[in-house]
Amino acid sequence: MASDTTITAGALAASEKPGEGVWGFSRAQIIALGALVVFLAVAPFVLYPVFLMKLLCFALFACAFNLLIGYVGLLSFGHAAYFGMGGYLAGHAAKVWGLTPELSIIVGGATAAALGAVAGWIAIRRQGIYFAMITLALAQMVYFFCVQAPFTGGEDGIQAIPRGNLLGVLPLDRDMNMYWVVVAVFLGGFLLIHRIIHSPYGQVLKSIRENEPRATSLGYRTDDYKLMAFILSATLAGVAGATKSLVFGIATLTDVHWAMSGEVVLMTLVGGLGTVFGPLVGAAVIVTMQNYLAEMGAWVTVIQGVIFVACVIAFRRGIVGEIARLLKVKL
Amino acid sequence: MDDIFGIPAPLLFGQLLLGLINGAFYAMLSLGLAVIFGLLNIVNMAHGAQFMMGAFAAWMLLAWFGIGYWWALLLAPIIIAITGIILERLLISRLYKLDHLYGLLLTFGLALIIEGVFRNEFGSSGLPYRIPDALSGAWDLGFMFMPVYRGWVVIAALVLCLATWLIIEKTRLGAYLRAATENAALVQAFGVNVPRMVTLTYGFGVALAAVGGVLAAPIYSVNPQMGSNLIIVVFATVVIGGMGSILGAILTGFTLGVVEGLTKVFWPEASATVIFVIMAIVLLARPAGLFGRA
Repeated sequence: MASDTTITAGALAASEKPGEGVWGFSRAQIIALGALVVFLAVAPFVLYPVFLMKLLCFALFACAFNLLIGYVGLLSFGHAAYFGMGGYLAGHAAKVWGLTPELSIIVGGATAAALGAVAGWIAIRRQGIYFAMITLALAQMVYFFCVQAPFTGGEDGIQAIPRGNLLGVLPLDRDMNMYWVVVAVFLGGFLLIHRIIHSPYGQVLKSIRENEPRATSLGYRTDDYKLMAFILSATLAGVAGATKSLVFGIATLTDVHWAMSGEVVLMTLVGGLGTVFGPLVGAAVIVTMQNYLAEMGAWVTVIQGVIFVACVIAFRRGIVGEIARLLKVKL
Repeated sequence: MDDIFGIPAPLLFGQLLLGLINGAFYAMLSLGLAVIFGLLNIVNMAHGAQFMMGAFAAWMLLAWFGIGYWWALLLAPIIIAITGIILERLLISRLYKLDHLYGLLLTFGLALIIEGVFRNEFGSSGLPYRIPDALSGAWDLGFMFMPVYRGWVVIAALVLCLATWLIIEKTRLGAYLRAATENAALVQAFGVNVPRMVTLTYGFGVALAAVGGVLAAPIYSVNPQMGSNLIIVVFATVVIGGMGSILGAILTGFTLGVVEGLTKVFWPEASATVIFVIMAIVLLARPAGLFGRA
């Protein structure tokens, strides 16, 4: 088992006991998942649905990012590229091509997958900090592309994206209808990631995280596994971005900027790297914070920086990682 | 005026010069990053913010204390290096035993804090910094007019880079540094105070970024974002060059600046992305970088 010094210390709070729980979920995770489902069912009647949808989109984005950092040990500093491009293409598909929302989201996810395949193919040639720098540089390239490409609308972005009718039937202009679609997308992505992690493929990913040379010597083509994980992560980030652009009816440069890549790192770090529920909790914390501090302008950046520093210095397990450690369970 | 490849010569040479100047900043910043990474094993994401702080320090010295360019060139790097040393002692030094990625995350957080504070204090529109009298005007080179200040930046950056190379490769101090990069524990066993050397190395790398900032102040407007846009290109430069070689970092920096300048002439739309494309090609052909050790 890796020591506390590795980046995924939060994931190692309790050892895994196979055979316990259902579908790879531990008992604690089943309880947490039940609580989550109840929360999602009750929340829109208490809280503002648009706020919840924003939260869920970012939560899925953070879960996708966590798949790479938490289970393969790869820190991508350019995930905004997939999130933002997914949003742009979904917006374009819905507005210009007139596709239904579910097809638009698929278009967004497919775009991110293609982009992730190319970027991942280049980036997995290096590890550690180089991987982070390469993904950051490639994402900056995508950003400049979006600034110049005609279909993105430059500084204005794509505006007035119609939410359309789900499957051509259910009008999503009503926030409550849209909310249930977003919940379905989020839970679908969340469970898919869980399934991936607990599949034999996911076990190989974890072995690569713990000791790549040993995985190679056992005969695994680690590069193929890493590339596949990168594409899966990029795809889900694209789906999250696509859903977000439909919810808000707008896709802008903010979503492809490096600051967004930093934000998703922060969400996952706050919640707990390598924990199943950490990205969700982290996204909730950061999105709520941004909502309350919106008028404070540049101070939000400063506060985010302070949280970064505080987490790295004193709180590396994150919120969920700490809870899991205190309760001696796996979350 | 004559045309070269169908491009008016003044335009071509003008962009070449701009490319050289950008290259000078790429070289200085990637050099600082490489020196810090070599000993600390940390990618200093705050490097761009510290470059920006250098420019602001020069501006503040002039606007608040009436201290001119030449003193600023000396004082600003010292001030910024001291802030860097404080950060290293207080925060960064706690991470040496952890995964390198934590250092990256910490310095990224520091960069956000620094940029945010400056943006609150000075807005994002940018402040002017006048070119010092001794360096104003332009030389007539026959084929183009060369603003004296721009020539000075290129020469100053070259001298600084080469001086750094000489210190690291040819002096006793540099030998300690290289030895500690290879095996810090062994060097410490010989009685060298490695933690102090690490702190001073970080200060030195930060000072290099700050000098870059002071040099950049009269060319670009002094604004809080000036570093963050630059630093991502510098990361690409570092990936292309590989962090193993000092001369390699210098050469890569200047070359990429020139390539970017030429792209601006022949294919302006691609000039923002050309360095990233080169990075991708280099990674496919030589993953360790042009001068890197695998």
